[in-house]
Amino acid sequence: MSRVAVLEGGQSLERQVSLRSGARVRDALERVGHDVIAIDVGRDLVERLTSERPDVAFVALHGRDGEDGTVQEILELVGIPYTASGPSACMRCMDKVLAKHAFRDAGLPTPDFYAFSQTAFESLGAAHALPAIEERLDFPVVVKPAAQGSALGIRFAPSAADVPAAIVAAFSYDTKVLLERHVAGRELAVSVLDGADGPQALPIVEAIPRSDHYDFEARYEIGSTDFVCPAELDPQVAQRAQALALDAYRVLGCYGFARVDLMLETDTGELTLLEANAIPGLTETSLLPQAAEAAGISFAAFVERVIDLALAREPASTG
Amino acid sequence: MTIDETPRGPSSGGESPGMGRSRTTARDLERYAGLFARRTQGMKSSAMRDMMAITARPEVISLAGGFPDTSTFPPEDLAALMARVAADASARALQYGPTEGLDELKACIVEVMAAEGMDVGADELLVTTGGQQVIDLVCKTLIDPGDVVVAEGPTYPGAVPTFSAYQADVVQIEMDADGMRVELLEETLDQLEREGRTPKFIYTVPTFHNPAGVTMSLERRRRLVRLAAERELLVLEDNPYGLLRYEGDPLPPLYALDGGEYVIYLGTFSKILSPGLRLGWTAAPRPVLEKFNVGKQGADLCSSTFGQLFVVEYFAQRDWRDLLTHLRELYRHRLATLHDALAEHLPQGTEWTRPAGGMFVWATLPDYIDTSDLLARALREHVAFVPGRAAFLDGRGGSSMRLNFAGVGEDDLHEGVRRIGKVVNEQVRLYSTLTGTDPAPSRQPRDAAPVPTQEPGARVLPLRRRAGGER
Repeated sequence: MSRVAVLEGGQSLERQVSLRSGARVRDALERVGHDVIAIDVGRDLVERLTSERPDVAFVALHGRDGEDGTVQEILELVGIPYTASGPSACMRCMDKVLAKHAFRDAGLPTPDFYAFSQTAFESLGAAHALPAIEERLDFPVVVKPAAQGSALGIRFAPSAADVPAAIVAAFSYDTKVLLERHVAGRELAVSVLDGADGPQALPIVEAIPRSDHYDFEARYEIGSTDFVCPAELDPQVAQRAQALALDAYRVLGCYGFARVDLMLETDTGELTLLEANAIPGLTETSLLPQAAEAAGISFAAFVERVIDLALAREPASTG
Repeated sequence: MTIDETPRGPSSGGESPGMGRSRTTARDLERYAGLFARRTQGMKSSAMRDMMAITARPEVISLAGGFPDTSTFPPEDLAALMARVAADASARALQYGPTEGLDELKACIVEVMAAEGMDVGADELLVTTGGQQVIDLVCKTLIDPGDVVVAEGPTYPGAVPTFSAYQADVVQIEMDADGMRVELLEETLDQLEREGRTPKFIYTVPTFHNPAGVTMSLERRRRLVRLAAERELLVLEDNPYGLLRYEGDPLPPLYALDGGEYVIYLGTFSKILSPGLRLGWTAAPRPVLEKFNVGKQGADLCSSTFGQLFVVEYFAQRDWRDLLTHLRELYRHRLATLHDALAEHLPQGTEWTRPAGGMFVWATLPDYIDTSDLLARALREHVAFVPGRAAFLDGRGGSSMRLNFAGVGEDDLHEGVRRIGKVVNEQVRLYSTLTGTDPAPSRQPRDAAPVPTQEPGARVLPLRRRAGGER
């Protein structure tokens, strides 16, 4: 049995979700008999880590700091093994623009997009490029902050007139935004879990929102989205989606576990990659635990495996 | 819980005997989900509420709270009064009390209501656990799922979860500087009648509205009361702030105008003494009051006897008006500071209300700014406000925000508004860069704003800035 520090909370906008993920992880760890320390991540993080000397840290943080590689760098520095991906994979996952570039460079499908920093608009006159972009992407266009989870700040712009306000909203969350072609279709989430034989794609979850689109509320509230797991898909499509998720996982350099979100486009029947989450939600309504369950992996077994993977990894060799 | 009225603490779920350590319910929640009542689907936590949870950090200047100032109540007074309660009535203070409340406390309530020109008998009163419980009891007594409640738009954010929990269909009536537009109310009532629907009650905060800050004019008060009588509709008059007037002459409460026929009155000690006491009251027509009483028995049997005796002692030993005089002076200055800061730091195209009392100012930004998103940006500057959507059930209010000035010191008010101004100006500049428009548009009627909003209903209050109070 190990002494496990569960890192949770923090100051990101997804703090509450993280606390729920953390509580669930701690509960599972305690049931198995681990010695569990909860650390609400704040100014005293390094102090707590060095004084508590856990054998391993379970990172149950979402959003800024926790999911973007910052906390992982600190863990590398203090030499404590930790769950899930290393700093560079976290950075690539957290920044949708980096992730999409990585997909594109690797020849993986992802919806067309254009990304801009706030500086590009303020100092480089990028606003003049908007009409050209709008022409190429067609409406509706999806406007997203590059680095925000849980669908916060994502807007659909049905027409050109809606684009500026959507961009302003997205810049509330990050200094970089992307305009992406809207893909109408089915929303699929493929969770990936590492194991002795390398990463394995878990059964696919389809999210069917009851409201117009899959927003923050739908994602974390019981009863506002229907989840179907395994998703009812043509076996070949399911296989392709899982293979694509594994490709994405490898391209981004993920470790331990991650969740890859895809769209199955209605018009073309094509699969396309939206994003990957280095530390997907682990709450009672989250998709990865549902997928694991469908694969016969209980939440406790999932947590155990993730801890074992963390301990098996040489801290310095990650990246 | 509301997003802003209640401080968040570590959740203290029920103890499970035998389990030893604190059991999280999270793990098992999906198992319970199938057992939840349908009404819980309306009881949602939200992204916004999650965001509000991080406003509690010490480095954040929060204008989001619904808090009055409690820091200036002398601790030695609190100690002395509590000692008196212990010495004189220890056993009684520790015991259950009558559901309707202690007679001595009702005498205090009669006094407070008289100070606002209301004549009420002790037998027409029910002491409640905060004014909030009155809203709950009114819904519990009157609302079947789908029943219509008419409220102001915006409405008190803390009433929203109550309305939702009882599955009320809330219709919100636009306001202007003179409060709820009663002529629109009348139109809405006619429309509802044509649809064969009768609202169960009209919910209003006529004086120093939360969150809008405006006060209903005397003419509209009269018209509202007349309307209620003609159509035999109940009105819930929520009046926590009536005694917190900083300028101008008081207006009669609806309850005084109507004589308690169709108006249910909600009062509270929260703003004239302390919200920590959790003591409020309602005055209502007797048949309604009797149902409230039964409803309250089911909810909590009685409100804290200890708290009630504390208030009784406070009224006996002190002049309750003294604290009020002090608070008015304090808040008057804070309001002036907030107004100065808004004028200094917010860009053209921003409007805000000029309350003559109460605790809140309602500011409306250019309609391309979404205050829910803006809050995420503002939190990075360590400042918080309540996004306007919290005051609507239909997605409106997207470009407005509620600012509390009562519970925030003057330095923090100024600095907080400076930070809000910084992020608002940033977004205004960005928007004008994106659209190639004038970064400082002249103040023009909002209806003429050139940019369509995303939601058709998103254009909010035509509340205008006004000099010199609301009248």
